[in-house]
Amino acid sequence: MGEFKVHRVRFFDYMPTAIRAMAFNAHTERLALGRMDGSVEIFNFADHYFQEKVIPGKDSRSIEALCWVGGRLFSAGLNGEITEYDLENLRPKYSLEAYGGPIWTITSNSQGAHLAIGCEDGTVKLFEVLEESIQFERNLDRQKGRIISLSWHPSGTQIAAGMMDMIRVFDVPTGRAVQRLLVDRGFGGSKSRETVVWSVVFLSDCTIISGDSAGKVQVWDGHTGTLVKTHLVTKWDVLALSVSKDESSVVVGTSEGTVIQFQFIAPTLQQQQDKEWVRTRTFKNHTHDVRALAEIETAIVSGGMDTQLVVRPLLEKFDERSHASALRKIQFPHRNLVFCAKKAGLLLFQFPGQLELWRLGESDGHGKPGDSLPLKRKPEKLLHLKRKGEDHICCSALSSCGGWLAYSTMSSVRLYRLQTDNNDISITKVPKLPKILRSAHQLCFSSDSSKLFAASSQSSVLVIALSQSECKYVHTLKPKSGSRQPIHLMTNSVDGKWLATANSDCEIHVYNVQKLKLHCIVPVYGSCPSAMGIHPTTNNLTMVHADQQIFEYSIVEKQYTDWSRKLQKQGLHNLWLDRDTPVTHVTFNPKNPEQILLHDMHMFCIIDQSLPLPDQKTQFYNQMTLRSLSEQERPSHLHAFKICKTFQDLLSVSLLDDQSLVMVERPLLAITSQLPAPVRQKKFAT
Amino acid sequence: MATLFEGFTLCGLVQTQSASDSAIQGIELDGDSDHAVVTDSTRAVTLYKVSDQKPLGSWTVKQGQLLTCPAVFNFQTNEYVVVSDNKVIRVWKEEDLHLDKAFKATVSADVWRVHSAPGGEPVVLFQRGAVRLLDSLLSAPQQPIEDILSEEEKEVIRWSTNIVAEKQHFVLFTTEQKGEHFLYVQRLNPNTLQKYRLEREDSRAPPLSFSASLRDKHINLLYLYPNGCVYQSVVAVQGPVGLEGVQALPRSLRLRLPVGEGELGAASAVALDEAHVAVVGMPHPSARTGKDFLCIWNTNFQTLQADKEMVGRICGQVWCYLGKLFVPHGKALSVIPYECQKSSLASALGKLRHPGIAVSKSSVAIPSWNTLLHGDQPQGPTKIVDSRKSKLRRKSQSAPALTVDQVLELIKTGPVEEVRREVEALVSRGDAQDLQLSVGRLACQLVARSQVETAFYAPGALARLVKTQCLCHSMCPDLLLLALEHKDYFLCQLCLQLFPDIPEVVTCACLKTFIGVPDDDVEMVSLEPDSVSFMEGLVAAGARGGQQNGFSPALFEEDSCDPHHQPKPPQHQDKKNPTLQLEVCPVGLRKAVLLNEVLQTPYSDNLLVPHLKDLNAPQVILFLQYLQFIYLKYSQDVYTQTPVLRSPTMTQIIDWVCLLLDAHFTVLVMAPDAKGLLSNLQSFVKSQVKLFSELGKIEGSLQELHKMKPSKDISQYSIEVIELF
Repeated sequence: MGEFKVHRVRFFDYMPTAIRAMAFNAHTERLALGRMDGSVEIFNFADHYFQEKVIPGKDSRSIEALCWVGGRLFSAGLNGEITEYDLENLRPKYSLEAYGGPIWTITSNSQGAHLAIGCEDGTVKLFEVLEESIQFERNLDRQKGRIISLSWHPSGTQIAAGMMDMIRVFDVPTGRAVQRLLVDRGFGGSKSRETVVWSVVFLSDCTIISGDSAGKVQVWDGHTGTLVKTHLVTKWDVLALSVSKDESSVVVGTSEGTVIQFQFIAPTLQQQQDKEWVRTRTFKNHTHDVRALAEIETAIVSGGMDTQLVVRPLLEKFDERSHASALRKIQFPHRNLVFCAKKAGLLLFQFPGQLELWRLGESDGHGKPGDSLPLKRKPEKLLHLKRKGEDHICCSALSSCGGWLAYSTMSSVRLYRLQTDNNDISITKVPKLPKILRSAHQLCFSSDSSKLFAASSQSSVLVIALSQSECKYVHTLKPKSGSRQPIHLMTNSVDGKWLATANSDCEIHVYNVQKLKLHCIVPVYGSCPSAMGIHPTTNNLTMVHADQQIFEYSIVEKQYTDWSRKLQKQGLHNLWLDRDTPVTHVTFNPKNPEQILLHDMHMFCIIDQSLPLPDQKTQFYNQMTLRSLSEQERPSHLHAFKICKTFQDLLSVSLLDDQSLVMVERPLLAITSQLPAPVRQKKFAT
Repeated sequence: MATLFEGFTLCGLVQTQSASDSAIQGIELDGDSDHAVVTDSTRAVTLYKVSDQKPLGSWTVKQGQLLTCPAVFNFQTNEYVVVSDNKVIRVWKEEDLHLDKAFKATVSADVWRVHSAPGGEPVVLFQRGAVRLLDSLLSAPQQPIEDILSEEEKEVIRWSTNIVAEKQHFVLFTTEQKGEHFLYVQRLNPNTLQKYRLEREDSRAPPLSFSASLRDKHINLLYLYPNGCVYQSVVAVQGPVGLEGVQALPRSLRLRLPVGEGELGAASAVALDEAHVAVVGMPHPSARTGKDFLCIWNTNFQTLQADKEMVGRICGQVWCYLGKLFVPHGKALSVIPYECQKSSLASALGKLRHPGIAVSKSSVAIPSWNTLLHGDQPQGPTKIVDSRKSKLRRKSQSAPALTVDQVLELIKTGPVEEVRREVEALVSRGDAQDLQLSVGRLACQLVARSQVETAFYAPGALARLVKTQCLCHSMCPDLLLLALEHKDYFLCQLCLQLFPDIPEVVTCACLKTFIGVPDDDVEMVSLEPDSVSFMEGLVAAGARGGQQNGFSPALFEEDSCDPHHQPKPPQHQDKKNPTLQLEVCPVGLRKAVLLNEVLQTPYSDNLLVPHLKDLNAPQVILFLQYLQFIYLKYSQDVYTQTPVLRSPTMTQIIDWVCLLLDAHFTVLVMAPDAKGLLSNLQSFVKSQVKLFSELGKIEGSLQELHKMKPSKDISQYSIEVIELF
């Protein structure tokens, strides 16, 4: 197959921010995740936990809690505002000042008619959910001290509110506080500190379960206001609580990074009637505070300061071991943050607050496989471009010649002209962009850098013509389907004729850019495409979906290619399907049209279409075996999937025009080392 | 260790007219731990935020009025209380701007102080000694106030404080009357008053300062005299109720400060924790004469832990709140944060956990290195046995057990057997705390009598005392020599085992005696069984060796370094030279046991070598032969077969060989007897050198292995070549 020169890049200091809140919508099976920087991510749990949408953050926005009402998503934060999100345009729809100081929590009743928020000034405010907005209805009795956590009784007539040193139960119709549950303080030195009731849940049998900063999980009888049971689970804080849908299990998240499950079961086999809340399992998948939790049908979803989203399946819910029952950690975003100018050898790194442009190093040496070559020139940071305004960068693009750079925030698009001669770089902002170009979900330059494509609302694409002197709006490409979902993938062909877009409805449209019209729609597949690319010579569109399926579609013939049909007929190898991170990039080797290059977080793969496909009995990861075989024996063992796992924690793989690969790694260890210190725990013999 | 951190100035001070008066009446805490309420000597009360060094509020009384007591904070109502012109109590809140508009109440008698502490109600102490709760006083301000201190006898309050224990509230004040000093302890609810007389200091000088603290249900009163003595007295919280009259207050000397020339003038001591005292206004022991230092002393070890020079006149005032010392000096009030870590020796000893309860006669505790080094590891089982024994004994003899002092008296005259019995009884019932002291005193007394009265020697009693592990050589330096003198080898062994601080000269004396003693003399002595059985095992293992059935190694190379080989082929053997009869121990069994104890005694090379020179050549040769013997035994892996608690290690043996050679090399080279021995020892050295060079090689290769593994360095950027098949 051959040797590749690899630029192993580790200088992209990508740092995800901590997870602050999450809300699971059992109806649509979407998980909304709020991060510290105010961004919201939507994961589709029905489609292999694919990160479907990302709403970029904003400096002034903070998310303290998230809440679904039907298909609508609301958040509230310490800036005192309630925000509803427009999930089609990936932006806040409106923000409403609640006039109660910082908001600590937001929750809706089970009927979906009202939202309750807990404010710093001690009020619980009720908002009515209207068709297009929400409206303030009334305050419940104002309390001394902030309202940290809230939980509605499923009937909607009572609300439990966690405060400092106590829990209040409110009667919703009258607004009166009917119960006051005093929460003990911690022991020893923490006695003087107020106990913060970080989280409460109100069950339908009027049991209230609370988690507090003294490390206790307490079970209360809501009728009488009495303490039923105290479980001291940690020396630190119990931060998050989540109850399962059938109310038989509660999970709590602690500052130690543990998730502890409590189940409502009979302690002995004989007396099945006398059930009580019993601590059952402890999971330790986090190193830092678990700030957000959700117990879904078959798994516990947790996230916190260590930035990763962990889906921990509950094994008793599975009959057999499969990839659905495996622990899953989502560490990297399922979209590109790295763009490579193939001709110029430049790399663009996208951060929420800035863009970085790097020139790769050079080496003229040759070496054996496994060698590191001496560097003739070190990589160089050419540009550090800070965004303007409060909104975070949601997408960016770099033209393959390295002459154009564009990025978009929620409120504006900026285009820059880059000129590099030898070591000097000059950047000029293109002054007058067409007014129609206000924001984009995706940006992409045509391969000859003459056009800029910007994915706009309702899956439409704006075509902008670029020239030295001006940039001009040309046309808006609109899909026939009338989908309102945003485009999350966009790619164009090397010959400049085709543009393919994919949206969250799993629709893939192919446009003829020369004729500026829709060419065809690829048959809709049930899983969302996670990466796609158009072959430079054959103009075949290769798509990889969140469920790891690979399709190849001939744009010219408007049908799946023979290779794709063969692949579907034979089926992909189980080891390929069992991988738990989606392929995020598809690229091709112009020198060898047979080859498709793919990567996910843990591997890099070259698919050679000329070789036989592996069947289930074939050794799938066979590179080590092949290495040990002699030249003569090798051909009989070859198959199409050549997988290299030398490079880990991959954010991007691309092939430069000089046939060298660029692997951008971001070692998880480097991310971990930048996290704040976890809470101190006594380890043995320390 | 204690540390004084860099201080900062909280506020400037106005110079007062008279040199002796301070510009500050008092500093009190607020509800906020970062606040300090400073009352100056005239009219103003200022509230400071300490960390910001800025005033948050200030209140003054009108011109002509005078604050006569430091303002305090009522922690229950969050109000400030101050007394002006002795009789007017003023109460105000932080929000109140003017003191004149605040609540006022005039009481019928002169107030000395108002005291307040978190968790307790403020109390008012009148100049004539009466005490009232502030609330009840304010409800009826003009209520009659009784006189506790009589006016005629001119008894005046010098100092006062209050202490809130768990449920008890105390007001403490000291008075002076005709050169005598008294401490009054007033308990509130139920009200009881107890009067104590302070012991008079020789110089008849009044105490300079008092400081009271609550620790382990005892009130500790610390007071400083101008001659630099810091005394401590302890008053129990649950004190003897109903004791009438004036009690004498026992005191213990905690610290004797170096005062330089003259006496301390304006100085003050405050207890920081159980082991540390901060003293202000004293000279630095090693610096110039100026008496303007703030020092932290460790009272357990009498050591200076930290010091700081305070610029300007010190008026002998220091307050200590929440890890900060407040010291007015010169024209400023400085705040100096400090930190006292529990010194390790103190915590290891655990000795002063209840200081002052037991210690009444001996003022300075003697730290036991024994407990420090061995911890309390051997105490568990022995104690149980002891108590059982003592129970039995107590049953058998109905006579009441004697106190330490009685036993001491007995030792002076009593017969050996009775002394032994009483000592044993005393030791087995004594609790760990005063045991240490009494054991030391008993041992000294016993030794003293034995030295005077040659006929008197109480081995049983001494052994019992040594076994308590509370004794060390420095406590009773003559004990070991006495035992040697009396040929009490069992006691010698015990001392060598249990004393961690035997000087090298004594070790050498023991060694010399042990080597010189004829084998027959020792063989009947009963020694510690464990060490004897170890030695028996060692000798027997040698007998089991290959030589038993007449085997003699034929393949002998001259330069063999193997320690297992027989050093000389039989034909070269000099019959007189006992070195070569290796299977036979060159010394008797019990003698060997004693020598083993010497080998295990701690020492330092430089100090030991000169004393080793006292040994004569035959002694050195014999000892070397013995060392060679056990070295060879060890090389045969014998010692791994006989696990015992105490046995000399290989390193100890080699070290002693080296020390002996260092001390006597020239003598040995000249002595014809030592020739074979020396050449054997050389082969040991060779074998050790070889062993270490081999170990060095292994280390080298292991390091290489270590280096090979993480060859992939993680750099930010590299260009690599990969191959896919």
